[in-house]
Amino acid sequence: MNAIRKNVIQPIIDLWSLIVGLKVTGKYFCQRHVTVHYPRKIIPAELTDTFAGHIELIPSAKDPTIPKCISCMMCATNCPSNCIKVLKQKAPKVSPEQEKEWAEAEARGEKVKRPKAPKNPAKFSYDYSLCSLCGTCIENCPVSSLRFSHDIYIVATDRKELTMDLLARLARQAEAQAGKPADRAPGVLEQAAEAGQEASAKEA
Amino acid sequence: MKIPIELIRIVVALVAVMAWVGLNALLLVYCERKYAGHIQRRPGPFEVGPHGIIQPLIDGLKLMAKQLLMPDGADAILFWLAPILSMIPVLLLFLCIPYSPLLTGWEVNLGLLLILAFAGLNVLALLLAGWGSNNKWGLLGAARAVSQSVAYEIPLLLAVLAIAFQTGTLNLTEIVNGQGSWPWQWNIIVQPLAFLIYFTSILGETNRAPFDLPEAESELTAGFHTEYSSMGFGLFFMAEYANMVVVCSVATVLFLGGWKGPFFDGWWWFLAKTYVLLFVMIWLRWTYPRVRFDQLLNINWKWLLPLAVANLLGTAFLMKVFA
Repeated sequence: MNAIRKNVIQPIIDLWSLIVGLKVTGKYFCQRHVTVHYPRKIIPAELTDTFAGHIELIPSAKDPTIPKCISCMMCATNCPSNCIKVLKQKAPKVSPEQEKEWAEAEARGEKVKRPKAPKNPAKFSYDYSLCSLCGTCIENCPVSSLRFSHDIYIVATDRKELTMDLLARLARQAEAQAGKPADRAPGVLEQAAEAGQEASAKEA
Repeated sequence: MKIPIELIRIVVALVAVMAWVGLNALLLVYCERKYAGHIQRRPGPFEVGPHGIIQPLIDGLKLMAKQLLMPDGADAILFWLAPILSMIPVLLLFLCIPYSPLLTGWEVNLGLLLILAFAGLNVLALLLAGWGSNNKWGLLGAARAVSQSVAYEIPLLLAVLAIAFQTGTLNLTEIVNGQGSWPWQWNIIVQPLAFLIYFTSILGETNRAPFDLPEAESELTAGFHTEYSSMGFGLFFMAEYANMVVVCSVATVLFLGGWKGPFFDGWWWFLAKTYVLLFVMIWLRWTYPRVRFDQLLNINWKWLLPLAVANLLGTAFLMKVFA
C-alpha cells in the first residue's frame, strides 16, 4: 500500500506543481510589464538616488556655483587612478604702488590686510575614463566637497568627452536649479544662495 | 498532352505550403519572443516597427545576409544535406493537413500514417547535422536528439493509435468528420489521457522546452546546429517551428475537432485551435526548467509508455465490447 502511495499516487499529486508554475507565469503574462522604454520615458529621480556615478562637487552654502572645496589636493593626492587634477587659485596681483602703500602703513605700525588667494579651486578636472569609482577622494575630502553623482545617463562617443570640468558642471547645475519654477518651498541650498546674493549686494 | 488536375492541385498546394511555412516561422518567432517577454514582464521586441512587429523579418534578412561556413574536417555532403533534409519532409507534412474540406492540399487515405512516417525523418536530419559538423557539442546534441525522439515516438504513436482504433480510419478528413461542432463532441472528451500523452510526447518530439536537451543552450551551446551559420541554421529553425505547427495541427485534427467549431465551421477554427496549442507550448517553454536526461527518459519509459499502452488496450477493449 505504501509503495503504491509513494510510486503512483504521490507523482500524480505532484503534477499539481506543474499547474502552479503555469499559474505563476500566466499571471505575469497578464500583468503590466515593468520595463521603462528609455529614450521615450525615464525612471523617476528617486530611483536613481542610490546610483553612484562619477564624482561631482558639492556647492558651498553661500554660492551654488562655488564648491565647498578648499583646494587642499587631498583628493588628487590620494586618487589611485590619478584622474583628478586640481588647480589652486593664485593670489590677486598687487601693483607696486599698492605694495609701497602697505609697506609704509606697516612701517607706521598699522595692521595691513593683504589679499589672500581664494581657497576655492581655479580648475577641477576629472577623467572618468580612468576613475575606478573607489571613493577614496570622497572619503579623504576634509570639507566634504565631493560625492558620487546620480547621473545614470552619461554617454560618450569619445574618450576626451569623459574628461569633465567639474566646476563648469557645478555652474550648469546651479543654473538649472535657478531656472526651475519655484513650485516648492525653497530648500536649504536656495535659501543659502539667496542670503549670499543679498550679502554681496549689500557689500556692493 | 494533358496535365492531370491532381498534379496542378498538388503544385499549387506545395507553393501555398511553402509560403505558409515561411509566414508561420515569422509569426511564431514573434509570438515566442513576445510571450517570453510578457511572461518575464518585459515588452519583448519593441523597436523595429510598431511593437516590434517586423523584427523577425529583419532577423531573417540578417540571417540570409550572413556567410555560410563549414568547419574544418566536417563531412561536406552530410553537413549540407542535413538542413535540407530537415526542411523538405515538413512541406510534405503540411500537404495532407485538412485545414477545411476545401483547403486540403492532398487528400490521402493514410494521411495520419504519412505524417507520422515523414515526421520521423527529422531525427535523421538532426543526426546527420550533429555527426557531419565534426563538433563535440553537435555530436552530443545529435545523440540526445536520437535517443529522445526514438523514445518519445512510441507513446506518441500509441496515443494516436487509440484515436485510430476509435474512429476506424487513418484519413484525417474522416477523423474530423467523425467529430461534432461543439467541444463536448470532440475526441478530447473521450480520450483525455491520449491527448495528454500526445501533447507531452510532441514536446519531446519537437525538442521543445522542457525537453529541449538536443539544443540545450546552457550545456551544448546550440547542440546539433552549433556549427551552422546563416540559412543553414535558418532552415533548422524554420523546420522546428514548422514541425511545431504540424504536430499542433494533427492534435487539432485528432482531438479538437479540426475545422469544426461552434456556430461556423471553417478554417478559422482550425487556425485558432492550432494557435492556442502553440501558445500553450510556448507558455510551457517559459515556465518549466529543462529536465535532466535520465528524468526525460524516465518520464517516457516509466510513465507515458505504460499509460499509453493501458489507454490503447482500454480503447480496444471498449471498442470490441460496445461497437
